[in-house]
Amino acid sequence: MSLQTTTSQTVGPFFAIGLNRLKRVEIAGPEISGERIIIAGRVIDGDGKPVPDAMIEIWQANSHGKYAHPEDEQKKPLEPGFQGYGRVPVDESGRFCFATIKPGSVPGPKGRPQAPHLAVSVFMRGLMKRLVTRIYFPDEPANAEDFVLNLVEPERRATVIAQRNPKEIGALEWNVVLQGLNETVFFDIGL
Amino acid sequence: MGQIAGYRRPYPGTQPDHLHLPYVSSIKRSPTRPLVRIPHTLTEVTGPQFGKESVDSNAFDLTKQHAGEPLGERIIVSGRVLDENARPVPHTLVEIWQANSAGRYRHEVDQHNAPLDPNFTGCGHVLTDANGHYRFVTIRPGEYPWRNHYNAWRAAHIHFSVFGPAFATRLVTQMFFPGDPLIPFDPIFNCTADEKARNRLISVFDWETTIPLQALGYRFDIILSGREATPMED
Repeated sequence: MSLQTTTSQTVGPFFAIGLNRLKRVEIAGPEISGERIIIAGRVIDGDGKPVPDAMIEIWQANSHGKYAHPEDEQKKPLEPGFQGYGRVPVDESGRFCFATIKPGSVPGPKGRPQAPHLAVSVFMRGLMKRLVTRIYFPDEPANAEDFVLNLVEPERRATVIAQRNPKEIGALEWNVVLQGLNETVFFDIGL
Repeated sequence: MGQIAGYRRPYPGTQPDHLHLPYVSSIKRSPTRPLVRIPHTLTEVTGPQFGKESVDSNAFDLTKQHAGEPLGERIIVSGRVLDENARPVPHTLVEIWQANSAGRYRHEVDQHNAPLDPNFTGCGHVLTDANGHYRFVTIRPGEYPWRNHYNAWRAAHIHFSVFGPAFATRLVTQMFFPGDPLIPFDPIFNCTADEKARNRLISVFDWETTIPLQALGYRFDIILSGREATPMED
């Protein structure tokens, strides 16, 4: 028997009613090991205006590069209490901010490790289906060898690499730019 | 670690494009550059898991969240979450939200001139059981006007959010009601090219889940991407 995946529909403008219960802007609590980071940014539309009704979701491995998921069979430590899930709504000015730990490297295609990254889904009114992207890290030598990053044209790679905020230790900036010159690279993973 | 079996890509036409001109909000918010297709790695075939500790076992009933009963027609919305291979997706989180029976959302941005119902919030969630079944008790949401174009109305709908086993299976959709005369005029419903795929968003009236003297039943099955049988070469 073969069915077809249900058609995606927009979250619309009122998703907070249903989705804010599982809002999570602190992905890793103090009991979880790893380098503490705070990632802040904005969601910007095609007119350069902030999007006030978007939400991003994060999926990430722990600092050892292990996912809290039964299919990750790597022999690496997994702290109880680490889920790796974030749900971060934007505010009226399109800003979001979340705290987590920098993930370790996870295996990638052809048996080669991937550079540390967060998987990101972007939802908002106006998007019939989510946008998928990734956040990579600055000053990370492994970026040069990363299979997914290397599928992106070199001049667009910076859109999926967070920038260090020099004013604060562990603070990173990363924006979702929906259209235009600095349009964020979005990935096709199916849905 | 060997090659990873990914999740199947959608059949052509069965999923909307990001840009759908009749849906005006998509124009400034959809990407203009082609998406970069990537293989499924361990990142995409894993995804957040939610256990019993993250759900409220009463949250399936949207009619019992306040002191009184909400106004409107009580309904049962139930179905199964399956994958494309017709296998149940067990213990996965299903979240819903909706307007009240007058077509008004309990949200500060909703300025529709229709009454709020003090006894209705309009959100619920549940985990599917071992066979992928879910069930909600709620009230039938009202249709409502919106500003997409002159005299625009949304067909009555309930928003659904489902995770499934992996980052790649994440799905947000909307369930519609059979016989709703607004469906053919709803640009959001119509954003998908394939007519059969669109029509699967319309729930089915169901005697079996109807409770005599109490509530009408509607069935809505949700299909998530299925697993490829064999690992794909990148």
